[in-house]
Amino acid sequence: MSSLLGLAQRGEAEPLPVLCRLDPRTRIIAACAFAVAMVAVHDFRALGLGMVAALLTMAAARLPVMATLKRMVMMDGFIIFMLLMLPFTVPGPVAFTLWGWPASWAGLQQAAVIALKANAVVLALMALVGSQEPSTLGHALARLKVPVRLVHLLLFTVRYLDVIHQEYGRLRVAMKMRGFRPRNTLHTYRSMGYLIGMLLVRALERSERILKAMKCRGFTGQLPLLDDLRYRPRDGWFAALWLGLLLLVLALNWSP
Amino acid sequence: MHIVDGALSSAVVIGGAVLTVGGLALGVRSLTLEKLPAAGILSATFFVASLIHVPIGPSSVHLIMNGLAGLVLGWSAFPALFVGLLLQAVFFGFGGLTVLGVNTLNIALPAVLIGLVCQQGIRHANPRIAALWGALAGSGAIALTTLCVAVALLLSGQEFIPAAKLVFLSHIPIMVIEGLVCAAAVYLIRRVNPTVFASLEGHPA
Repeated sequence: MSSLLGLAQRGEAEPLPVLCRLDPRTRIIAACAFAVAMVAVHDFRALGLGMVAALLTMAAARLPVMATLKRMVMMDGFIIFMLLMLPFTVPGPVAFTLWGWPASWAGLQQAAVIALKANAVVLALMALVGSQEPSTLGHALARLKVPVRLVHLLLFTVRYLDVIHQEYGRLRVAMKMRGFRPRNTLHTYRSMGYLIGMLLVRALERSERILKAMKCRGFTGQLPLLDDLRYRPRDGWFAALWLGLLLLVLALNWSP
Repeated sequence: MHIVDGALSSAVVIGGAVLTVGGLALGVRSLTLEKLPAAGILSATFFVASLIHVPIGPSSVHLIMNGLAGLVLGWSAFPALFVGLLLQAVFFGFGGLTVLGVNTLNIALPAVLIGLVCQQGIRHANPRIAALWGALAGSGAIALTTLCVAVALLLSGQEFIPAAKLVFLSHIPIMVIEGLVCAAAVYLIRRVNPTVFASLEGHPA
């Protein structure tokens, strides 16, 4: 449905991978359990096993490999800076010196641990949860007792993301036709501000039309969530497998 | 500004999650039938705004616009920005899962506070003075967000102190740019359709 969020665009004829035939709730719970387990451990064998499991999950979900790995390693600039600075800010035995600055083994290790954790969690999250339709995520969250208003907000947001993004594209084309090119000028920042202001004005006007149209069709504040989410035997098998994996990760962490 | 999984201490992660649940509860309370479509579409708009890159020096940064979100959405900025961060984590691999609470708090709390402080200012009769308040909102929200990120890092460990300082200093140019962009956006909204600022208040315009 949503092309902006759709990493996993599939053709109609293509059969769904087994992982994607699991109940969406199973996948959300599995991703959350994996994240908690990975954040809790610090041993490199345990973290390595978690990373391998995340990579296998990505393969099982048949996500595009290069695009997904690129998204995995993308982090905010300041996080990358923080990781690079850690060897120089954590005290401990010196590993090497860079321009007279001593880098400690402890710091290097801590930076590597954080990088492994962050990438493994995000990869598993994208493979398990990100490989489904955004609206399915909303339905599954509602079944997991997330407050219904929050779910409705999520569903509305997902529904109109592409619409607003296309509106943004039209405004950018119009600016380009008038010779606008982004530079380091006050004019650029003012134009960007006008662009966002205009997007908001149009978005609000659109929302008024939508509300009227929805009321005409009997909208009472409830979006009936029509789906047939059902736990099947394969969810049980997957849960057992996943639980075994997480227990192995934890066992590796506390074994000498 | 997305912190990743594994960087923060458990206490900070849990504290952030608890406070975010509180903020979400407050924000969701005001989302009635009349306001739901507006909130959803504005939430989508701020998601799209966060994809816009503006040039800064030889590089470029993406906008955050949480100050403007606070002005337009009020307490609903909490759920709206949370939804944005959730979608970014799940579909773009940006940020993380256990840190979702901390990240939401860092972005949404400044948005709500700035919205409360500046909501009178942007209604000033003179649109130019309103735009000045808009600049304050844009810059102030980023300053507060950066401060929150720095505090989250500081509470997690001594070794993050230099990184926390660097985060704040390196974001000063971004504060300036967000201020300029937010001022222009407020000015345009005041000229074109000021009801945008009242869209989620008690009585729909």
